[in-house]
Amino acid sequence: MTTANIPASTEKHASAGTAQQAQHGLTEHSHGAGAPDHGGSAFDTVASFDVADHEVPRGREEEWRFTPMARLRGLHDDAPLDGHDYEVSVDADPQVVVETVEAGDPRRGSSGYVPNDRVSARAWAEADKVLAITVPADAIVDKPTIVRLRGLSAEKAAAGHVVITAERFSQSVVVLEHEGSAAFADNVEVITHDGARLTLVTLQDWADDAVHLSHHHVSVGRDSVVKHVVVSFGGDLVRTSVTLDYSAPGGDAELLGLYFADSGQHLEKRLFVDHNQPNCRSNVLYKGALQGSKAHTVWIGNVLIRPAAEGISTYELNRNLVLTDGARADSVPNLEIETGEIEGAGHASATGRFDDEQLFYLMARGIPADEARRLVVRGFFTELINKIGVPEIAERLTATVERELALGEGLPAATTTH
Amino acid sequence: MSTLEIRDLHVSVETEAGPKEILRGVDLTVRSGETHAIMGPNGSGKSTLAYSLAGHPKYTVTSGEVLLDGDDVLAMTVDERARAGLFLAMQYPVEVPGVSVSNFLRTAKTAVDGEAPKLRTWVKDVKQAMDQLAIADDFAERDLNTGFSGGEKKRHEILQLELLNPKFAVLDETDSGLDIDALRVVSDGVNRFSAGGDKGVLLITHYTRILRYIKPDFVHVFVAGRVAEAGGSELAEKLEEKGYVDYVGTPA
Repeated sequence: MTTANIPASTEKHASAGTAQQAQHGLTEHSHGAGAPDHGGSAFDTVASFDVADHEVPRGREEEWRFTPMARLRGLHDDAPLDGHDYEVSVDADPQVVVETVEAGDPRRGSSGYVPNDRVSARAWAEADKVLAITVPADAIVDKPTIVRLRGLSAEKAAAGHVVITAERFSQSVVVLEHEGSAAFADNVEVITHDGARLTLVTLQDWADDAVHLSHHHVSVGRDSVVKHVVVSFGGDLVRTSVTLDYSAPGGDAELLGLYFADSGQHLEKRLFVDHNQPNCRSNVLYKGALQGSKAHTVWIGNVLIRPAAEGISTYELNRNLVLTDGARADSVPNLEIETGEIEGAGHASATGRFDDEQLFYLMARGIPADEARRLVVRGFFTELINKIGVPEIAERLTATVERELALGEGLPAATTTH
Repeated sequence: MSTLEIRDLHVSVETEAGPKEILRGVDLTVRSGETHAIMGPNGSGKSTLAYSLAGHPKYTVTSGEVLLDGDDVLAMTVDERARAGLFLAMQYPVEVPGVSVSNFLRTAKTAVDGEAPKLRTWVKDVKQAMDQLAIADDFAERDLNTGFSGGEKKRHEILQLELLNPKFAVLDETDSGLDIDALRVVSDGVNRFSAGGDKGVLLITHYTRILRYIKPDFVHVFVAGRVAEAGGSELAEKLEEKGYVDYVGTPA
């Protein structure tokens, strides 16, 4: 269960009702005592280590309204998370320290994260070990550190916890891969110190029966450059929630996502960028493709610019490409601005269809239907894959996108609606 | 030497009130080296003919046949028709975001030739064809037809015509919406395409203006889904003077 050095609950703010509201689902305590109380935000969520503070979601709540609750295998309720039917392998450069430590290790919680929903709180409470990855100060590591989690069964649900610390002026790439079958809830904390450059890629390439609910919290240090990449291909239901804030001015965060949903898959991507420090930058780009009946993707991009966040710039963009009929992409960007003294803020969301007319045009130039589809999807993802900037990952993602497309061959293009 | 034969072609479209016949028995033969102009008022079925030849799924051929050197075009898929040597320059080219013009052109060329073009000559060929059509270099990196102006779309259609080099080109109102400079540039492109004498051109237009730049060997007046009158270029001059009034009863 939980450990002594973790506070039982975050600093609480008075509010009506049983649940306690913490500002924006984040830990005011991590921002110092001077953090101003600036009233309610649309992004307020319950933040607490105590599972009991989080009511069992029923699906009508704003945060859960897109999620098919019946397919969560009880991860959000009280299904035991004590399974260990998975294997973890690590391939790391000798400079990078990868350890499995007890839940009470002080690195846990060092990102300032406090669970903002019941699944996260349950995973926090029930994870009995922590995988700690530390990139020492000044280490320049070219070789990506790859942690591969292979689920062996989706019968018994499991909880996980990862803490990645990029110490000052280090430069590294960390990849968390997930494959096989599992019912898995985890928390991943990412902490970067002054001037550190870190690329973190989390890749969900699960088998068809896997359910994965993952919470990432990124704390960006002074003048640190973080690239956080979420890639989701496989799994029955994969829901990733990424929260990010800045521990000091000058941080630069690029949040990238690539997802490809096939028939029946539910892939949900949630983001909350908390501009709580001045002169920082965030750039969000998530792109998804969907094919087949009942393929469903959800993207929720929340950005909050607090009064302290002067001189920041932020932009978020979500684009979805619907390849066939019967697939559905939901996309909701939200921007809340509490100071006008910023460099720029914007967002955009667009869902396009690869439709009969496009297919006809390409085929009328001699291009076969399957190749036409590949051309469009490859073009759609190329920019994003290039932005990730890790050649090994780029090659693999391109190959996986091709594999996904092969699954959709023979499906008709989306019907044009005039 | 190739021949495109259209025999008694009947085509209908689905409407809310049931199928509606648009083409009502089209007969037309185009041979290599010939340029045929199809002229007609709005709604006469000119564009339906063009899209039916290319195989657009919206149109249903109810009877008749289309043969390319004796091969049954109607039995071919859309891409097979293109690879067999038919090209349709579309009146409303479709936007395909995410696919760059250069990638599209290379993929199409590879598809119609059955092998990838040699990189060095290909780059040179594309550059030359773009220069001749007064298309700026950065065009190649733009998304296919996305955000193109009307004139850019038409020039891009002719760029493809020149690069893919089919046996027969069907130009569906390529002249519409072009200013006089663009019309000249586009016409020059079509004339370059047919200059060798081994290409067939089916030029569909509402106006006679483009016929000042592209000289047809045959002119067909298209009315109510079929060829109402056929003749030489003198027929175009008559249409220039009198419009379609003799065919439809009102000046169209």
